[in-house]
Amino acid sequence: MQDKRVSFKGLWLPAALLAPQLAITAVFFLWPASQAIYQSVLRQDAFGLSVKFVGLENFADLIVDPSYLNSVKVTLVFSAATTVLAMGLALLFAVAADRVLRGATVYKTLVIWPYAVAPVLAGVLWWLMFNPTIGVLAYALSYLGMDWNHLLSGSHAMTLIVVAAAWKQISYNFVFFIAGLQSIPRSMLEAGAIDGAGPVKRFFTITLPLLSPTTFFLIVVNLVYAFFDTFGIVHATTTGGPGQATNILVYKVYSDGFIGLNLGSSAAQSVILMVFVMVLTVIQFRYIERRVHY
Amino acid sequence: MVERRPFLTVLTHLTLILGVAFVALPVWIAFVASTHGAHDFISGLMPLWPGDQMVKNYWQVLSQGESTAGAPPIGLMLFNSSVMALGIAVGKIAVSLLSAFAIVYFRFPFRIAAFWVIFLTLMLPVEVRILPTFEVAASLGLLNSYSGLILPLIASATATFLFRQVFLTIPEELAEASRIDGAGPMKFFRDILIPLSRTNIAALFVILFIYGWNQYLWPLLVTTDASHYTAVMGIQRMVAVPDSEPLWHLIMATAILAMLPPVLVILVMQRLFVRGLIEQEK
Repeated sequence: MQDKRVSFKGLWLPAALLAPQLAITAVFFLWPASQAIYQSVLRQDAFGLSVKFVGLENFADLIVDPSYLNSVKVTLVFSAATTVLAMGLALLFAVAADRVLRGATVYKTLVIWPYAVAPVLAGVLWWLMFNPTIGVLAYALSYLGMDWNHLLSGSHAMTLIVVAAAWKQISYNFVFFIAGLQSIPRSMLEAGAIDGAGPVKRFFTITLPLLSPTTFFLIVVNLVYAFFDTFGIVHATTTGGPGQATNILVYKVYSDGFIGLNLGSSAAQSVILMVFVMVLTVIQFRYIERRVHY
Repeated sequence: MVERRPFLTVLTHLTLILGVAFVALPVWIAFVASTHGAHDFISGLMPLWPGDQMVKNYWQVLSQGESTAGAPPIGLMLFNSSVMALGIAVGKIAVSLLSAFAIVYFRFPFRIAAFWVIFLTLMLPVEVRILPTFEVAASLGLLNSYSGLILPLIASATATFLFRQVFLTIPEELAEASRIDGAGPMKFFRDILIPLSRTNIAALFVILFIYGWNQYLWPLLVTTDASHYTAVMGIQRMVAVPDSEPLWHLIMATAILAMLPPVLVILVMQRLFVRGLIEQEK
């Protein structure tokens, strides 16, 4: 940890300065997290009358529970599809916006603003577009001979939430890709051009490799986004259905805990997700530390 | 641009126009839907051009809300969202400034430990510890209150790290000079550190305001009473009407109103926003 050479003395003042943050962290973060771990090794009966210690049984049950395994699969498909779509489109738009001379600022502004749209609102907007009876896209698809109904078809419902989630995330990726593109030295691209490399070849041999730190960082951020921030999209549009087709892990923690009142299992799922976020955060931080010292 | 290629330039503009259209389309459709009467949707196809019911629809959601779905007037929900967003933004910045100051400028035992405790919060998004956090809030009597909406979301490792980075770049001589001039730590904090990190604070404020405004799951849990609904979560109550077609025109008018404040913030303060977004991840 870096240090300041000059520092102030005292013990009570820094303690008082840290107190608000530490208090909130303890009450709303550490205590609930420890409760989740504690509850994950207990099992309550349906009426909450008796509680017994079951060790790791909740975890063991999850690993063989077909609905949990299905949720894992659904989450992987969802987050991979969202990440690829959101990053692919953002990169395409960023490369284009980086290239134009006229109107670059206007284009950038018009791509950036959906960052401000809450995921749940993005879900509701695309839900209207895909609505089987009045939706514009559903109507267009029926012209192409496709009978769109996300209330009946699992893959249609999955497409709906992927498109909504990716649509909202494009702006974020776009900002970082633009920043990454601007940091690529022009002289390198010019040298490539002089050596006879066309725009496409320059993109794949110069731009893309130099963007790889940005890309890697965005993959982690997008995965975290798809795993956790998309709760609203699922909750407001598909509620995990039809069947279990869009029951992503975060939504399952919520529905098993609050609606199904299966506290032990919900807590065990929480713990698994926490471990997962920790792994992603550590990866992200190791990478950022490296970039800083670079 | 490295060389002139007219065909590529046209293609670039075309890509961008398609991109902008893709980004704007859902919002345009929602806006159109919010300007029509309820009967316009029964015919089966959504109109693509605004209708004449705009003033009526918006007035209805602002003043009465969709009473059949148990949602309060959106005016109240927008007010609740503003309180929550401002509370979270101001609270996070204040708490993080203080703790970053303590960590960077003081030597005390457990300094590293405090740093790691703060770091841990980075790994625990509210979504993964919903139930126990809800229980804590309930036992503290925070349900259906503004403090319940704000407090649990105030602790933030990212903001603390950001200010720590900012403070580390501030020249040591300033702290020395102010010490020689007889200024105490709090005076140094108020008169030197805060003014020097003004732009960072403003940039972070933009990001945190949007973050607070767009909170969904947490308000959904801690507000059981309609008087504390926020705009973003209130929309779910209108969407989830059992056994009937949703009232599209009112839902979409609410959605447009709920996204307007943060979108305006981004459009007006785009430079600060981009800066805040990129700084936050460093």
